[in-house]
Amino acid sequence: MHYQGDSWGYYVPTRSMGSDPMERVVKLASESAVVIFSLSTCCMCHAVKRLFCGMGVNPTVYELDQDPRGKEMERALMRLLGNSQAVPVVFIGGKLIGAMDRVMASHINGTLVPLLKEAGALWL
Amino acid sequence: MSSPSTELTKRMAIYEQFHQAEYISCEQVEPSRSDQEANKPTDKIQRRLAQNREAARKSRLRKKAYVQQLESSRLKLAQLEQELDRARQQGIYISSASDTGYFGLSGTVNSGITAFEMEYGHWVEEQNKQICELRSALQAHITDIELRILVESGLNHYCSLFRMKADAAKADVFYLISGIWRTSAERFFHWIGGFRPSELLNVVMSQIEPLTDQQHLEVCNLRQSSQQAEDALSQGIDKLQQNLAHSVAADLSSGNYRVQMAAAIDKLEALEGFVNQADHLRQQTLQQMARILTTRQAARGLLALGEYFHRLRALSSLWAARPREPA
Repeated sequence: MHYQGDSWGYYVPTRSMGSDPMERVVKLASESAVVIFSLSTCCMCHAVKRLFCGMGVNPTVYELDQDPRGKEMERALMRLLGNSQAVPVVFIGGKLIGAMDRVMASHINGTLVPLLKEAGALWL
Repeated sequence: MSSPSTELTKRMAIYEQFHQAEYISCEQVEPSRSDQEANKPTDKIQRRLAQNREAARKSRLRKKAYVQQLESSRLKLAQLEQELDRARQQGIYISSASDTGYFGLSGTVNSGITAFEMEYGHWVEEQNKQICELRSALQAHITDIELRILVESGLNHYCSLFRMKADAAKADVFYLISGIWRTSAERFFHWIGGFRPSELLNVVMSQIEPLTDQQHLEVCNLRQSSQQAEDALSQGIDKLQQNLAHSVAADLSSGNYRVQMAAAIDKLEALEGFVNQADHLRQQTLQQMARILTTRQAARGLLALGEYFHRLRALSSLWAARPREPA
């Protein structure tokens, strides 16, 4: 394959579609019932993963430090949450739940389990 | 040993001799000056020298006085520290604005922590007041509306504790984690900077029967979810310990000290997040408990909780004061 100067138009690699990092986040979030964006070195991320595993849920985890476009996605998540911490961020059934405090608050007030059941991540 | 004044006199004499020698050599260098002109510089120089000597002497005396003051303050401080230590060992809670434990390496007091110590002392006093009010209110059979007000202020009082702790965590997270701000018996149950949410539930739920079936269900769910959240945070903080130990122990013999310390500091910063989440969990558990219960049950629950911690504090003092066998 052979690219020249301005003649990109005839071939666009599928990977550059949805090159907006936020789009990529949303796309990945909608592909599984429970999605966690994480960093492999982050201990709070470890805690949120253990929380879901302890409930019998099997979340899909994206380690952003192991993703070539992870940095941009981190920045997008920081903007989304308005937070200095990009991770952990949890999506359930494609919907944004939030960071650790939101996840814990919704578990304690009893709204997390129904959401998980609705998304098909948990059965009674 | 010669007295200070003879030392001073000796030094002044040497100083004078030195300057006289200088003066003589000046004259020798410029022999063509007339007598008249030769006298004027002599007078001026001598006056200036005398003034310098006087100023230097006064300065030395002032410095001496200052140093003596510092020395006596240091002795006093050491005595006070000893007294505090003795009192602390007896498990007595002391609210101290001059807690020398928080001088740190730079020798300055951590004002965020001393502020917290003072505020926490007041918080405990206010807590004891509220407990008494709740107890008499429940015995006096006041109306639910009035009781609601007491319950709300009780819950708000815990909220203000968590706010204080959030500020203290920013000032020094290790202070909160160490539990040194609590009494010894409380410290036995210490978990990530405070009480366990499950501890709270165990204390309250034993005091508020009878519950409806719906309430029983909700209580079970709350017990389970708070336990799961507690376990998750515990595992997170264990991981943090592992990571930190690994980071500090990595390559102990190499000269990369600064880089490794910087990496370790990065890891330590995550600790504040855990203390905040633990307090958040405590608060959420309290509030959910209040939601599940009726006003009267919530009042009994808060009374039980307050009384429980009050007894733990009293236990600490009793333990410290108990008669001990001589070693």
